[in-house]
Amino acid sequence: MGDKFQKQVSAFSKVLLSFLVLILVLFGGLYYWSNQKPKPKIEEIPVEESIEDYDKVENGIHVATGFIDDEGMEATIQNCTSCHSAKLVTQNRMSREGWKATITWMQETQNLWDLGTNEELILTYLAKNYAPTTKGRRQNLENIEWYELK
Amino acid sequence: MNRRKFTLGMSLATMASILGVDIVYGGLMPKGYHPLGLQDPDPFELFNKDKEMVVLNNKPWNMEAQAHLLNDKITPNKFMFIRNNGRIPESIDVSNWTLTLDGESIKTKKTYSLSELKSKFQHHTYKLTLECGGNGRSEFNPPAKGNQWTVGAVSCAEWTGVRLRDVLEDAGIKSDAVYIGYHAADTHLSGDPNKEPISRGVPIDKALQDETLLAFSMNGEDIPLAHGHPLRLVCGGWPASTSGKWINRISVRNKVHDGEKMGGTSYRVPCETVAPGSEVAESNMCIIESMPVKSLITYPKSGALIKEGQKLNINGHAWAGELEVSKMEYSIDFGSTWRSCTLEKPTNRLAWQHFKATVSFPKKGYYEVWARATDSNGKGQPMILPGWNPKGYLNNACHRIAVKIV
Repeated sequence: MGDKFQKQVSAFSKVLLSFLVLILVLFGGLYYWSNQKPKPKIEEIPVEESIEDYDKVENGIHVATGFIDDEGMEATIQNCTSCHSAKLVTQNRMSREGWKATITWMQETQNLWDLGTNEELILTYLAKNYAPTTKGRRQNLENIEWYELK
Repeated sequence: MNRRKFTLGMSLATMASILGVDIVYGGLMPKGYHPLGLQDPDPFELFNKDKEMVVLNNKPWNMEAQAHLLNDKITPNKFMFIRNNGRIPESIDVSNWTLTLDGESIKTKKTYSLSELKSKFQHHTYKLTLECGGNGRSEFNPPAKGNQWTVGAVSCAEWTGVRLRDVLEDAGIKSDAVYIGYHAADTHLSGDPNKEPISRGVPIDKALQDETLLAFSMNGEDIPLAHGHPLRLVCGGWPASTSGKWINRISVRNKVHDGEKMGGTSYRVPCETVAPGSEVAESNMCIIESMPVKSLITYPKSGALIKEGQKLNINGHAWAGELEVSKMEYSIDFGSTWRSCTLEKPTNRLAWQHFKATVSFPKKGYYEVWARATDSNGKGQPMILPGWNPKGYLNNACHRIAVKIV
């Protein structure tokens, strides 16, 4: 048992070491590469070739999360997507008061932390980009995909 | 979606079960590292769902059907909606799974193993309609908070299990029992082990009905993981949140169960109707019990183009919570006139009923086929949204499909 554990620890350290070497090579390479290239002229052109491409924005939408790219989005992602998905936010529409009440409810019952100065930023972002629209008592049937029925 | 986060905190066993193979050298894998096979969890493959199912939420997982996917008389797993409040349990040990009965109104606290439940009590099979209380929420105005279900958070599968009544009677319940509340193995989104994501229940009368099951199989097979494997409480006709998944404990209460999502605006509506957008005091909110009468046209899919003179066969299902549907009609003139559909009796109480009709259209043009069911108490579906409520429950406005005669 003890031997096995020792072996595992040693194997694990080897794996860890090789990871460290890998990371060193990777970052060294990246550093070299970024210093070779001139700085990009326009900010919004994505120059990062990273696998995740986490910052990618297409048509005003942050691709990785689906959030509308606007001031306050970063703080919203950081504070609002660690427990639930971004989809739970983006599929909802609320007034500023509604979003505020939702945050308060999550703080009181769902372990959401104090948002501090970010609260104002997040509320403004949500109220602006995810505000309710008037739908009336029944909407038209929309997004119909017409097809021939034999 | 954030792929990395999905697998965060998964145990090796869970990852292995999703991958379908053991992870060799899994013990050497750094914590927080995720094997390539898991970096792109495809929810359709993960839960064996049809690609036409719609993902509303990936943390927690919530997925709904579209009307035309629900055409089967018995809903197969691939078209069954998923509604989760928390995280799906990560490791389920069927051989050591137990159900404990406790609470103020149980005579003696008792624990049954899963195999004991299966061997000791008689098995029963029923087709039971399960509809999410918030099905149709997306239509409310002002909008209601939560997953924006359209029409597809409903199913009628065949559930097999033992009667909750038989088990309750075996343990013995006191005469002051008023409610049962379930507890389950799913975990809170925040990761807090002291919090339950959901713990709801039903009044004792509903708990003692023939059709209220402690189910271990669905459509003749083990219940799929996302639907409550290995043990699910099934209370047909009531908000599906009363049909607790992954249950390991049932408390027999001498008061209305006060578990998570029994209070506030959760699964409760104003006791008296209110104007849209009103603030409603908690004391004026009442727990939803039986679901209202409703129906779906499951064939054809909305958007059919039909040649002039051609007849259209429509069919679908209708259900009415605790009640039966007594009448089914359709309209092609925006509700001005209604014609009858052929309506089948339910195969058992709380199963949805099938309807069909052959529709003729007078001339070319755009039509909407509307469907309206009426329950055995004479209550029919409204054509516009029913009473507004803060969380957007109980939208049973008639279903509509678009048809063009060309």
